[in-house]
Amino acid sequence: MSLFDIFTHQLVNGLVLGSFYALVALGYTMIFGVIKLLNFAHGDLYMVGGFVGFIALSAISSVVGGDWFGIFTAMLLSMIAVGCLGVLIERIAYHPMLDAPRLSILITALAVSLVLQNSVLTLTHGQYQPFRTDLGFGGINLGNLFITYNQMVLVGTAALLMIALELFVTRTQYGRAMRAVAIDKDMCQLMGINVPAIIAVTFFIGSALAAAAGTMAGAYYGSVWYFMGFLIGLKAFTAAVIGGIGSIPGAMLGGLVLGLLEAFGTQIPGVGSEWKDVFSFAVLILVLVFKPTGLLGKSEQERM
Amino acid sequence: MARPDAETDRLFGPLAPLFANPATRLASIAAVLVLLVAAPFWFGSYATVILTNALLYVVLALGLNIVVGYAGLLDLGYAAFFAVGAYTVGIFTQTFGFNFWLTLPIALGAAALAGIIIGGPTLRLRSDYLAIVTLGFGEIVRLSARNLPITGKASGLSGIEQPWLFGWHINSQLDFYYVFCVLAIIAVIVSVRLANSRLGRAWLYVRHDEDVAEAMGIDRVRVKLAAYVIGAMFGAMGGAFFAANLGAISPESFSFTQSVLILMAVILGGMGKIPGVILGAFIVILGPELLRDLGELRLLVFAVGLLLIMLFRPSGIWPNRSVQK
Repeated sequence: MSLFDIFTHQLVNGLVLGSFYALVALGYTMIFGVIKLLNFAHGDLYMVGGFVGFIALSAISSVVGGDWFGIFTAMLLSMIAVGCLGVLIERIAYHPMLDAPRLSILITALAVSLVLQNSVLTLTHGQYQPFRTDLGFGGINLGNLFITYNQMVLVGTAALLMIALELFVTRTQYGRAMRAVAIDKDMCQLMGINVPAIIAVTFFIGSALAAAAGTMAGAYYGSVWYFMGFLIGLKAFTAAVIGGIGSIPGAMLGGLVLGLLEAFGTQIPGVGSEWKDVFSFAVLILVLVFKPTGLLGKSEQERM
Repeated sequence: MARPDAETDRLFGPLAPLFANPATRLASIAAVLVLLVAAPFWFGSYATVILTNALLYVVLALGLNIVVGYAGLLDLGYAAFFAVGAYTVGIFTQTFGFNFWLTLPIALGAAALAGIIIGGPTLRLRSDYLAIVTLGFGEIVRLSARNLPITGKASGLSGIEQPWLFGWHINSQLDFYYVFCVLAIIAVIVSVRLANSRLGRAWLYVRHDEDVAEAMGIDRVRVKLAAYVIGAMFGAMGGAFFAANLGAISPESFSFTQSVLILMAVILGGMGKIPGVILGAFIVILGPELLRDLGELRLLVFAVGLLLIMLFRPSGIWPNRSVQK
């Protein structure tokens, strides 16, 4: 393979990885926007999304088939279920803590993450569950580059979801309210915006996006397990920070940047795939040190 | 009985009156010491192994308590410092043939350096960032230990020398039990002294209101960094003796779950309160032993417990005050 082939090959890998990171990072950043909380449980919602998608597909594949149509149906079901789970978590665990000290709500978020993780661990005995689909391995050849249809559908779906989100946030009443709540919650309350409802909508959308990513990742990689949300939760946070936490276009950009960085990073001599994760965390720490507001973040310095 | 001062009250809760009066203080300390010395003979050799582990957790939890309970910072990668201590001892005694006691200051220094490298830049930012950076750091350390030849990759290091102390070869389980007793006692004394120091009061201010603390002339970043580095050194101390006790270490002893268990010990019992943290460490270690058939439910039970504690009793199981106000 020539250098150019390696480049295009890693470009595709990076786009696929980046799509997952971006979808999960969006939820992080939106939730951070409205309640200023790093939702540690977000990676686990991705994991639960993968499992719900897996269960849904097993249940309906005899009717709708196990190819992309079936997967999209399962994904939609998973998005609704996990969206509701996200709203429930906010109501039960985070809502009573909104005025508590920062440390308490962070630990609560960690506790929620552990409860989700270990519930699934107990139910599955920590085993990988094979995610059976009827997806083929077909694709198209572009010169020396082979792109599978699965990769194209996956990146395309992620892009569509992100365009839909962008339209929702910029063009609808709810989206405008969501942006307003992110700027000043108290003032929104005074202006007659139903702040708890907006927070609930935000949790629903953020969790649903994570579930979409989880279902697609399960179908794409062929298995789901209870710990799959841990690493991607960390990576998506990194992506959100790279893009500028709180910024929705930033999360999309950050996800892609991190996906590409990782794909190309493994090509650096001495980095290799076993150092891939170390490489991304090193990127996170460097970004936080040199540009904590990220690429598209606001420059206000907030201290908590 | 004499009224305890506010500081003792905050650290010890309902036990505080015991510490207010010199005679009762001496008596309760003596009772604890007798209990510690007698426990292995009373409970037998299997219990000695578990108790040694619980005492290790007391050291680790008291160390993390300085970061979380005193300074109010969330550290999700505390096992990294535990690993730094264990691996420094492992590498220097094995590869370079150092005496165990010589490696102790190296381990403490390495942990302090790691704490400064990680804490220095991130402690200036929002406190949530520290939580996630420490999570990333914990993974970096574990993955590095898995991948580097010098740390023995996935199989880790084995055959770590058991130390001699003035002609006493510390090699039986009972010996290590007493070593960990001494470590735990040192950890308690250092924790109490720190809480009553100028630095301890600075942490209290920073925890309650950072901006006011800064206005009062406290250097916010420096004070937090001190907590982070001191916590790191406690972790490394625990790790060093952990390595000597087991004689073998592997990367999986320093996973995210380990960090979470130490954090649970701090929070379940009551962060910032020394008997609370000790109680938490014993719950985390003895709980699964007492409830044998929990199996893989163990972590779920702790996780639900943690959530319930945070929602209904954020100050932990240990009661707050000796005097109802």
